[in-house]
Amino acid sequence: MKHGMKIAAALVGTGLFAAPAFAQAAAAPPPAINAGDTAWMMTSSLLVLLMIVPGLALFYGGLVRTKNMLSVMTQVGAVAALAMIVWIMWGYTMAFGDGGNAFVSGFGKAFLSGVTAVSVSGTIPEYVFVCFQMTFAAITIALVLGSVVERIKFSAVMVFALIWLTIVYFPIAHMVWASGGLFFKAGALDYAGGTVVHINSGVSALVACIILGKRIGYPHDYMAPHSLTMTGIGTGLLWVGWFGFNAGSALAANGAAGLAMINTFVATAAGGLVWMLVERVSGHKGSALGFCSGLIAGLVAVTPAAGNSSPFGAVVLGAVAAVVCFLAVSKLKPKLGYDDALDTFGVHGIGGMVGAIGTAFVNYAAFGGPGNGGKSLGAQLGVQIEAVLTTIVWAAIGTVVAIYIAKAVTGLRISPEGEREGLDLADHGERAYNY
Amino acid sequence: MKLIIAIIKPFKLDDVREALTDVGVSGMTVSEVKGFGRQKGQTEIYRGAEYSTNMVPKIKIEIVCATDLAPRVVEAIQAAANTGAIGDGKIFVLDVGEAVRIRTGETDQNAL
Repeated sequence: MKHGMKIAAALVGTGLFAAPAFAQAAAAPPPAINAGDTAWMMTSSLLVLLMIVPGLALFYGGLVRTKNMLSVMTQVGAVAALAMIVWIMWGYTMAFGDGGNAFVSGFGKAFLSGVTAVSVSGTIPEYVFVCFQMTFAAITIALVLGSVVERIKFSAVMVFALIWLTIVYFPIAHMVWASGGLFFKAGALDYAGGTVVHINSGVSALVACIILGKRIGYPHDYMAPHSLTMTGIGTGLLWVGWFGFNAGSALAANGAAGLAMINTFVATAAGGLVWMLVERVSGHKGSALGFCSGLIAGLVAVTPAAGNSSPFGAVVLGAVAAVVCFLAVSKLKPKLGYDDALDTFGVHGIGGMVGAIGTAFVNYAAFGGPGNGGKSLGAQLGVQIEAVLTTIVWAAIGTVVAIYIAKAVTGLRISPEGEREGLDLADHGERAYNY
Repeated sequence: MKLIIAIIKPFKLDDVREALTDVGVSGMTVSEVKGFGRQKGQTEIYRGAEYSTNMVPKIKIEIVCATDLAPRVVEAIQAAANTGAIGDGKIFVLDVGEAVRIRTGETDQNAL
């Protein structure tokens, strides 16, 4: 019960200063379960699951070549499943357990010890809170895989996921969302996980793909997406699911959730249209993949700002993210030559940074924001940048460790024959399409 | 007997098939093929990754007919598949040595 109060207080701090009703509820003992909040949080948890399977699996799957479709869908699903199991074993306690320090919680809630059907977190059952946060861990590790697909072994993916979740994701989730966490205490604004989920997965993806190396034939061979239809369906599912992600991060069915909801509509809409506009300005045709990429860039950027911005601030944020991410994937990547196959760094990493830093601006009261941070613009900007840099360093170092362990255990990369034949056959013994 | 191979624009297939039926052709084999000639290919761009595809999709029609019918077949294809634009395709005419109908064992003209 006391723990539940702490989480509620922590969440008020992450961006709910504008929700007095929630703050009062959190302050009034004893905490009671609110049926409306609980129903919304159970729904939100399932919406985030919808983002992973089938959302991300189809979004990523459509972007690879025909011969690797199943391997992508399987990798996404399998790491999400692994994250769920690890989450209840030691993930939840590392991120949200009692005690611990600024970097990690205590291990008292390992195997969900002490959590029962009557445990309360804020105004919802603790089991629901555990589920909601579980889906965040699951989607974040699945996102990382976007840079390494079409050449990493399935076994390497599983070993990497296990280590990465433990040494990268759980500590950063603790730093951002737990009341004793490093960024939380510094007053960083991260409504739904721009640092934890997007900068974290994007930077890890970049480091992982550099260590793994380029796909055979990159960038000269024809590697066009095998089905933008599926990528389009996946994008739609991601957008719908993202309402659970962002509006669910209010941890209640209240006004803050409503603000996060409208921002998740309009920032995304702006991102999709602006990406296509930038394509036209660059002398290309406005493309379907550009529209999808812009929608995702908008979603990523609005994630830390969802409850910390006015709706028009969110539009600006989504638009800026689309421009910056477009430049990252179409100019920066070819120039530097790394093979981030599905642009996890370009869209999630860069978009996450735009969002995290932009949140300081859109939150600022003079720019029409709710001013949740209670700091001057400069001070808030400093805190945001510090959180971004810490995440980058932590994710990069942790990924190096996790990838080299995976390499030692599994060899990391599929054989050149297997890569040419396709991972569907080489790793799983199946084909995606049998006409 | 002659084998007539025609490479045409995909959207012209129905016109060509109708024209051939009118001159008395009773069967044909059609395949989707890719290739290049004078017609330029296309450039595809996916998130800034540019791929120039030299190969253009075409339809290949194969017809075996009696030698005396061949000129009219060629003429019908040429008329039906013509748009006047580059990339309309080509027609090749080859001699055929033998033909067998698998079901009955009939040969040559009777097998067509």
